[in-house]
Order: sequence, then structure tokens, then C-alpha cells
Amino acid sequence: MPAILSIRDLCKTYDDGFEALKSITLDIEEGEILALLGPNGAGKTTLISTICGITTPTTGSVSVGGHDILTSYRAARAMIGLVPQEVALEPFERVINTVRLSRGLFGKPRNDAHIEDILRKLSLWDKKDSQLSMLSGGMKRRVLIAKALSHEPRVLFLDEPTAGVDVELRKDMWDIVADLKSSGVTIILTTHYIEEAEAIADHVGIITKGELLLVEDKAKLMAQLGQKQIEVQVSEVITSVPDALQDHALELTPSGEALIYTYDTRAERTGITKLLNDIAAAGLILRDVQTRQSSLEDIFVGLVSGEKS
Amino acid sequence: MNWTAVAAIYRFEMARFFRTFMQSFLSPVLSTSLYFVVFGAAIGSRIQEVEGVSYGAFIVPGLIMLSVMTQAISNASFGIYFPKFIGTIFEMLSAPVSFLEIVLGYVGAAATKALFIGIVILFTASFFVDIQIAHPGAMVLFLLLTCLSFALLGFILGIWARSFEQLQLVPLMIVTPLVFLGGSFYSITMLPPIWQKVTMFNPVVYLVSGFRWSFFGIADVPIMFSLLAIAGFTVLCMAVIWWIFKTGWRIRN
Ligand SMILES: Nc1ncnc2c1ncn2[C@@H]1O[C@H](COP(=O)(O)OP(=O)(O)O)[C@@H](O)[C@H]1O
Ligand SMILES: [Mg+2]
Repeated sequence: MPAILSIRDLCKTYDDGFEALKSITLDIEEGEILALLGPNGAGKTTLISTICGITTPTTGSVSVGGHDILTSYRAARAMIGLVPQEVALEPFERVINTVRLSRGLFGKPRNDAHIEDILRKLSLWDKKDSQLSMLSGGMKRRVLIAKALSHEPRVLFLDEPTAGVDVELRKDMWDIVADLKSSGVTIILTTHYIEEAEAIADHVGIITKGELLLVEDKAKLMAQLGQKQIEVQVSEVITSVPDALQDHALELTPSGEALIYTYDTRAERTGITKLLNDIAAAGLILRDVQTRQSSLEDIFVGLVSGEKS
Repeated sequence: MNWTAVAAIYRFEMARFFRTFMQSFLSPVLSTSLYFVVFGAAIGSRIQEVEGVSYGAFIVPGLIMLSVMTQAISNASFGIYFPKFIGTIFEMLSAPVSFLEIVLGYVGAAATKALFIGIVILFTASFFVDIQIAHPGAMVLFLLLTCLSFALLGFILGIWARSFEQLQLVPLMIVTPLVFLGGSFYSITMLPPIWQKVTMFNPVVYLVSGFRWSFFGIADVPIMFSLLAIAGFTVLCMAVIWWIFKTGWRIRN
């Protein structure tokens, strides 16, 4: 399947000489959800702003649905919906009017049924005549999403959509994303919350200091880079790792009721069989065995700190 | 052309106007009435006629021009500056619209509001004095071109401004003095000869003079000069906007 969003050697240097993006190349397939993870100042917002036309690229090219964002900006932008990081809304305007404005700006004829549908899905329908300045922060964010969806985009950018929002909205947001995905919309979201990427993304891209370190299938990323741990609970409390098990790089939990073995899923041999045999041979009785997969967070922290050194 | 977008911007901007409709409507009515009380009654009792026109009627075209110019500028500059200030401009920049469409939406709305206020003043004035319009076609043309060109100027100001102070600086420090000194409330033939010469460098003189001519057939400068001045000013503003469009000046970084 051809990429719906294709970024080639994209660089952005701001007027003050700051290099915010350093040669980003990325392809995103139609219908997938890509989570861009990166610390503050990594260049996530700059990347999105450049694709959407808010800032101009310094060099490189971007095409959306085959349309270059500079030479065919109308066709390219018509496909894009953007939910910005910062909440910016006309304070004295009413919810429904600002959503209608968005649809009009994108050249779409008035469609009250569609707008109603979106507002209902976002629990905004009973607030449709409220002044924007009267809404809570979470509600304002919903309005921004409604605006972005008002013109039926094929590609949706969500720039830190759940930063500082309550749990309820975050769950709603995930449902909306799942809904959109099933209708074939491609979604690129940036986030600080790794659990978010983990929960909803198909692919994960990691960006720091203007560079895209990697883009991977989420499951593959975790399988490839993830470390796994086995926690072996024993039936009696022990004070130290038995001598017979010293070869295995085990840790003892503070309570002394379990041994923790960390292994690399990428390794040829995980050493689990030998470990379990040796534990039995050492005379310990197993009460329970659990495995734990390390989270994206661990992977992320590992990568970013690796980059620093 | 994305006419749907032009209409959407225009409607959105007009909504701001209708939200404060009573204020938009009452303030020109009130200020016009006050001008008549102060200028018409106080000064008019001393100056009976200017070139055969009663003083009260004489100031009407200048009064309309004064409000139309300042309203067109402030509406257009605020209209585009405010989204920049609160950040909603991102939506204009990321929408499939050209700069021309943005200008048409904002400037069209600002010019409409200024035109509305001009008409309200004309109507209010007709309660105080007899108004005859000798050249209605020219009057409409002058009024429309003034609304348009000053809205364009306001748009440029709004793009240029980086703070609310800057936004108010140009109308306050340049436009208002030029309008007051531009023969809005007097004929420049009433000035000493040296000031008559200096006044010729004030572009507003040409606009007020031409507009007054369309009412009473009397003018401080030849009507052709007035037409050239307003046309030239409109073209100049368009050229600056074209340049902003080409360079993305103060819009996209
Ligand atoms: N308009 C600008 N001018 C100069 N530098 C900027 C501008 N906008 C952002 N930056 C810088 O670019 C870097 C990336 O910012 P941003 O894209 O907002 O990061 P993120 O969204 O990942 O937190 C930051 O160091 C920021 O200070
Ligand atoms: Mg950001």
C-alpha cells in the first residue's frame, strides 16, 4: 500500500538559527496510528506544524495522499485535520459557530447532520450554544477535536491530545481514535504518555533533538528491544541467593520471597530452562512464576539516555 | 478559489459585529449627535455657511469619512491581529485557503462594518440637517473605496503589529490627526496660505474633498485629484498585501 504521508529529508531551522528538525524521513501507511514519542523540545510540534502549513520547511519535502504540501497545498491540506497542542479558541464565539467555521475554511459545504454527529460523539451537543470562554479546559479540547473532525479529514494530527486532561476525557479520546481508525482515518499523535502509545498505536516513532531515532511496529519494538523478567516465588523466605544459583545473575526481592531473573528476549538462549532446573536442584520449592514485559517507557528511557551518552 | 472559505471567514467576522450590534449601532448614532451639538451648535452659531452650504450640512461628509476610516482600520486590524494574539491563526494557516481568500474574508467584513456605520451616520445626520447628494454615484464610489482601502490598511497593520500598543499606535498617532487636519470640519480655504500649502501633503484632504464634492458640488481640490488619490491609495495597499503574501512576512516563520 502506498504511503498516505511521505516525509523526505525534512529539515527545519528557525529564524534564530535553531535546528528543530534534522533530516526527518518517514512514511506512514493509510489507516495506521503512529505515536510520536519524545521529550519536551524534541521537535514533535515543529514536525506537525511543518506538515500542516503553519511553518515553512527549510529543506526537504512532504506529501499527503500524493500531494506535495507546497505545490499542491490545497489538495494536501484538505486531507488534514489538526488538533494543536495549545488550546486556542475565540473566547466569545459559540461552540457550534467555531466548528462551522472550520468546516467552511476547508471548503466543505454546510452539513448540520455531520456537525451534530461529531458534537454528540464528543459530548458537546448540549454545549453547542455555549460561549467558548465558559467551557472547562477538557471541554475546550473536545471543541478543538470537533473542529478538526468537522471537515472529514483523512489524516488526523493530535498534538499531545491528552496532556493535562482528566481520565474520563482520555478514555473518550482513545475511543474516538479507535472509532476513527475503523473508518480508515490515519492518525499521528504525539504524546508524553508512553502508556498511551502502548494502548492505541500501531507504530511508534521516537524523536529527540530533531532526529527520528526509530520507527517500529509497536509489538515488534517491544519484542525486539524489550527485556523480560521472571519472578520466581519460593515457598520459604530466604536471605540471600543460594550459592548454587550464583551463575544466574539473580536478584532477591526485599521481602525475600522471590527471585527475579532478567533476560533478553532477543538472545538465542534465554536460560530459563537451566534456571528452573537449578532452582529445583537447589532444593527450593516454587510457589509461583510470573513474567513481566518491560513497558515502552523502559525502552524509551533506555534509548534516550543512550543517545545522550 | 475556495469561496466557501471566504464566506466562512466573512460570516465569522460579521458574527463578532452582530454580537455587539447594539453597541455598533448606538455608538455612531450617539457620537454623530454629539458632533452636531458641539460643532453644529457651538461653532455653527458663529460660522453660518461655508461656500453656500450650512455649516451643519458641511461637516457631514467629513464626519462620515472620519468614522469610516477609523472603523475600517480598527475592525480589519483587530480582526486579523486577534487570531494571531490568541493563537487561532493556526487554523487559517493550516486550511486549504490562499492568502487572497483570507484577505477577502477579513477585509470584506471590516469594509462592510465600516460601510454600515457610514450609512448610520448619514441617516442620523439627516435628522439634524438637510442633506442633498449632488452626485450619488460618485458618493457611493468614494464611500466604497474608502471602506475598502482603509480596511486593507488595517489588515496590513494587524499583520505588522506585535502588540496591542502597536495596533493602536498608527490609528491614534497618524490616522486620527490626519483626518482631523484633513478638512473634515472646515474648508481648507479658511486656513492661512502657508497652512493651505502644508495641508496639500495630507492625503486625507483629497478624500474628504472629493467626498464632499459628491454631496455639494464644492471641493478644495479638483475632483480628478481626489479620485486619483483614493485609487492610488487602494492600489498601494493591495501591493503591500501582495508583498506580504509573497514573503509570508510576520505570518509564517
Ligand atoms: N518559533 C520558534 N523559534 C525558535 N525556536 C523554536 C520555535 N518554536 C519552537 N522552537 C524550538 O524548537 C524546539 C522544538 O520545539 P517543539 O517542536 O515545540 O518540541 P516538542 O513539541 O517536541 O516539545 C524547541 O527547542 C523549541 O524551543
Ligand atoms: Mg509540542
